[in-house]
Amino acid sequence: MNFFSTIKLVFRTLTARKGRSFLTILGIVIGVAGVIVIIALGAGAQSLILGQITRLGSNLLSIQPGKSNEKGPPAQLFGIVVTTLTNADASALRDTGKVPHAAAVNANVRGGAAVIWGGKSVDTNFWGTDYNYPAVINFTMRQGRFFDQQEDLGDASVAVLGSSVADELFGGADADPIGQIIKVRSAASGESAGLPLRVVGVISPRGSIFFQDQDDQIFLPLQLGQERLLGIHYLQAINLKVDSSDQVRQTVSDVTSVLNSQHRVKREADADFTVRNIADAISILTTITSALSLFLTAMAAIALVVGGIGILNIMLVTVAERTREIGLRKAVGAGQAAILKQFLFEAGLLTLIGGLIGIALGALISYLIYLLMVYLGYDWAFVVSPASVGLAIGVSILTGIIFGLYPALKAARLNPIDALRYE
Amino acid sequence: MNIIRVENLEKDYVNEDLITPVLRGVSFDVSPGEFLAIMGPSGSGKSTLMHILGFLDRASRGLYEFEGQDTKKFSDQYLAELRNERVGFVFQSFNLLARTTVLDNVKLPLLYSKKKNHDQLARQALADVGLTHRLDYYSNQISGGEKQRVAIARALVNGPAVIFADEPTGNLDSKSGNTIMRILQKLNDQGRVIILVTHETDTANHAKRIIRVKDGRIISDESVRQRTIADSDELVK
Repeated sequence: MNFFSTIKLVFRTLTARKGRSFLTILGIVIGVAGVIVIIALGAGAQSLILGQITRLGSNLLSIQPGKSNEKGPPAQLFGIVVTTLTNADASALRDTGKVPHAAAVNANVRGGAAVIWGGKSVDTNFWGTDYNYPAVINFTMRQGRFFDQQEDLGDASVAVLGSSVADELFGGADADPIGQIIKVRSAASGESAGLPLRVVGVISPRGSIFFQDQDDQIFLPLQLGQERLLGIHYLQAINLKVDSSDQVRQTVSDVTSVLNSQHRVKREADADFTVRNIADAISILTTITSALSLFLTAMAAIALVVGGIGILNIMLVTVAERTREIGLRKAVGAGQAAILKQFLFEAGLLTLIGGLIGIALGALISYLIYLLMVYLGYDWAFVVSPASVGLAIGVSILTGIIFGLYPALKAARLNPIDALRYE
Repeated sequence: MNIIRVENLEKDYVNEDLITPVLRGVSFDVSPGEFLAIMGPSGSGKSTLMHILGFLDRASRGLYEFEGQDTKKFSDQYLAELRNERVGFVFQSFNLLARTTVLDNVKLPLLYSKKKNHDQLARQALADVGLTHRLDYYSNQISGGEKQRVAIARALVNGPAVIFADEPTGNLDSKSGNTIMRILQKLNDQGRVIILVTHETDTANHAKRIIRVKDGRIISDESVRQRTIADSDELVK
């Protein structure tokens, strides 16, 4: 029996029982769609994270007060206020003799604030930062400029707005933000009347990084933030840009030794600060996402096995139902191999069709997720790779052949006389 | 040379240590051109004998030579090839494939052969049984007599040396039955060996020779003295 007539025969058999054939492959459809969606989600998340690395700027170290486990979240996440990181630490890190590969060092504080202009008030976050911010973080200006060294060190009353803050404040009035005087009132403490600041620039939209909207922020000189808005004398974070990626490891240890001597730390266990490499943080996130997708893939594999058992079950029913037909085929000259081939083909074709429907369904769901993520402002990619499609097709055919093998063998080994007499 | 030669053929059915002898030493020959009827009551072993002769089953003991070759050493695959190329079956209950056209039913044995011109062979076989006007009908759209003629065309399509017919008229009215017997006689006239299994004397009398079987043994083996010739039927040319 040749290939073409086998295909034709199997197609006729399957289309004669459309409803049942569809229900049979439903498990395969769901399993394969699951695999496709999960692989697409993994690829999308990866592109998101990689996109964030390049937008944030590479070779970035983040120094935070308080010791936290390398792989755990920073202490601040638990609401613990650690005051050990100071302006003096930032100055020490700028010593090129001790940290030779620091291209720029940028000290920061953060807080919640209300920004008021023209009777309108917008709740947002402020960053008290220094003039090195543009040297460390990648971004472009939509309008105006970032405040300069003179303004920073002179505690000039200037501010730079994130794009969405600027749009909310000035968009309605159709006013040019540059040169406008806004009032900033800290949520924590400080000026109750609001600190008047002149807008000198607006940053182009940046989207979200690590699930934080970068456009819903304003930036002002560090000391204004520390003293006038927060009433503190410590730093919440220092960002340090390393001049080349080869020097990241070395610089981490340079920074650690500078801060150890600043803080008179003798043993590593006593360190009251944490140096994080952004690339490491991203690799931790990648580890988490890949562990998650491995888990989900295992779930999809279970769905495929359940689907395969469905195939096994229905193929056994089919063989029983068609016992007389098998007997007849044997009587007119079909050998065991021909019968085996017919039923394996049938199972394989069933699961192949299931796999193809599953791929289409999975691609559709992945595309809807892509639309949703883009709508939410994430830099998501829609990826259904040829490898995942190939994998899905291969796995579905294999499922059919593995689970179809036993029923097919059963059919092939039927005694023709018993089969012909079967009622 | 004989087409078929059996000597002391025996068959036992074994079911959980219980051995039931069905054939207890059967010997006869079949020559080219014969039309043989095997008669006997149910349980006599006549169907088992036909199954062994048609390569659907194997004997427990004894000799079975087909076209001069001992069949004992044939592999299962070779037996399947013999069923495909050298013999054809016609069953009491037709055994046509459902949801399948008359033409495709007749083509079924060709699926398992190496021959190429399926369509031409199937049409010729259907012409031989006078069914050229039913080619595209589905098997459930035709009468019982027509179904059996499709089954004969299917048995015929690969040009077999022997056609086995197991109670071919058992499910048919006498008119349709007559047509079937007429076709079988015509095929025999053309030189094909027909082996007919039946328990009806009227049917068996269409053959040239009758072997009577009882309790697994041959009780008589004689030529038919007054052979019934089936009326010519206008459907059969």
